[in-house]
Amino acid sequence: MSNLSETQKSIEIPAHDLKRSIGSLVMWAVFFALLAMSWEGADMRPWDLIENAENMSQFASGFFPPDMSQWKMYVEEIWITIQIAIWGTALSIVCSIPFGILCSENIVPWWVYQPVRRLMDAARAINEMVFAMLFVVAVGLGPFAGVLALWIHTTGVLAKLFSEAVEAIDPSPVEGIRATGATGLQEVIFGVIPQVLPLWISYSLYRFESNVRSATVLGIVGAGGIGMVLWENIRGFYYAETAAVIILIIISVSLLDVLSQRLRKMVI
Amino acid sequence: MVAIKVTGLSKTFTKGKKALNSLDLQIDKGEMVALIGASGSGKSTLIRHISGLMKSDSDNSKIEVLDQTIQENGKLGRGVRSARSDVGVVFQQFNLVNRLSVLTNVLIGLLGQIPRWRGTLGLFTRAEKMIAMKALARVGIDNLAEQRSSTLSGGQQQRAAIARAITQGAEVILADEPIASLDPSSARKVMDTLENVNKEDGVTVLVSLHQVDYALRYCPRTIAMRNGEIIFDGDSKRLTPKLLEQLYGDDSLELLGSEQQEEPVVTSLPEQAVA
Repeated sequence: MSNLSETQKSIEIPAHDLKRSIGSLVMWAVFFALLAMSWEGADMRPWDLIENAENMSQFASGFFPPDMSQWKMYVEEIWITIQIAIWGTALSIVCSIPFGILCSENIVPWWVYQPVRRLMDAARAINEMVFAMLFVVAVGLGPFAGVLALWIHTTGVLAKLFSEAVEAIDPSPVEGIRATGATGLQEVIFGVIPQVLPLWISYSLYRFESNVRSATVLGIVGAGGIGMVLWENIRGFYYAETAAVIILIIISVSLLDVLSQRLRKMVI
Repeated sequence: MVAIKVTGLSKTFTKGKKALNSLDLQIDKGEMVALIGASGSGKSTLIRHISGLMKSDSDNSKIEVLDQTIQENGKLGRGVRSARSDVGVVFQQFNLVNRLSVLTNVLIGLLGQIPRWRGTLGLFTRAEKMIAMKALARVGIDNLAEQRSSTLSGGQQQRAAIARAITQGAEVILADEPIASLDPSSARKVMDTLENVNKEDGVTVLVSLHQVDYALRYCPRTIAMRNGEIIFDGDSKRLTPKLLEQLYGDDSLELLGSEQQEEPVVTSLPEQAVA
């Protein structure tokens, strides 16, 4: 018992670290200063929401009831959108496997992974929409331009995610394979890929979902799919039709989300 | 004939502290040799150098296995990949690929011998699969061939790793603390398997061990290390507790017998607080 009270006496609550609390105050100050600074640039006018409430409710009422008379065409276009996402994702997975490995610092020397990483940064930094506009010029209007845009952008994203998975592997099985006299490529195929495969599949499915979402707007710049229909309806003030398209997009995107989540659970 | 020849091997991790200090070592073909020493004495470092997984300091050193140069003066030999395929390495943590089947893990042992493109694509012939299955049967786990290796117990995984070395056709097996993370009965099975491969196939075995009693039971010759130096090399029978105490001082307790090891001797602070 004496032992216990002795240990209790020696316990002390750590004193407030002045440096750290000032540090966190400064951090918050900077954060709020940043918000205030950006107010004007972002043209923040919250009271307009209240002032123009009537106009907006009138605008919103134009969406109802949704006009589903052309649903067949919408569904066809959504299906094309999904097909754009399927091809765009598939091509980028194929490219991301080698690029992802060439981005990993535990597999290749710095003079390989640095340039490859910068290349992938470039592919990732530019939005799909920008690529789509460029490819529409290069290969003409239509879904193929959309596929190419998704392909390039998604390769940049997946290669980074893939390489992060590779950098987190357990190195000991790879060493076990090296010790048998295997080549470097064989070490990757038998030692690295089996370890990262579940994560890779999961990332790929996630990118497929988000590519379907991206593909719904690619049509706005003429790269095929439901986006084209959506844009025409909005520009023509056909709000009932627009509402119908939006509802169908929401349904199909949610369905795909559920489906890919199931698939992901199966592989992990 | 000489199986392993090490001359002048040094390794420095942090400046001024040598993990290996100018080691010389020779092991003949067909020997089964134990390598003992307390943790941090350089056993693993030595084995990783002999298998070419680690490079030595760049002074006058040379490691040869079966007359092939593994490394010389801190540079891996030119034929290190073909040399590696003659050396099977068994690790403390088994180093199998968890998500692959036991059979595939064992087939990986053939990668150094079959045409590169076929190995890379993972196309193994029936005859090759038979070799792997025979190796698995020999270590007594052929019934587990189809399972993922992660589903096996530690002892079974270690035997699968030995099967990989057998499949590899290794003439030398380097085992780095193969039984350190196993229970006593699994440990015995693993050591029996190594002994069997040594006696029946004439494979040279160098096995690092934490505990002297296994060395006495299985290996006619023992090499004892301390602080990166060899302090004893000879007949295992000469390693009496008295000699061990002379060699290691207080550390000799750590090396004596697995049975004493199981009971933690150290009384830790939290326990005192509870009492």
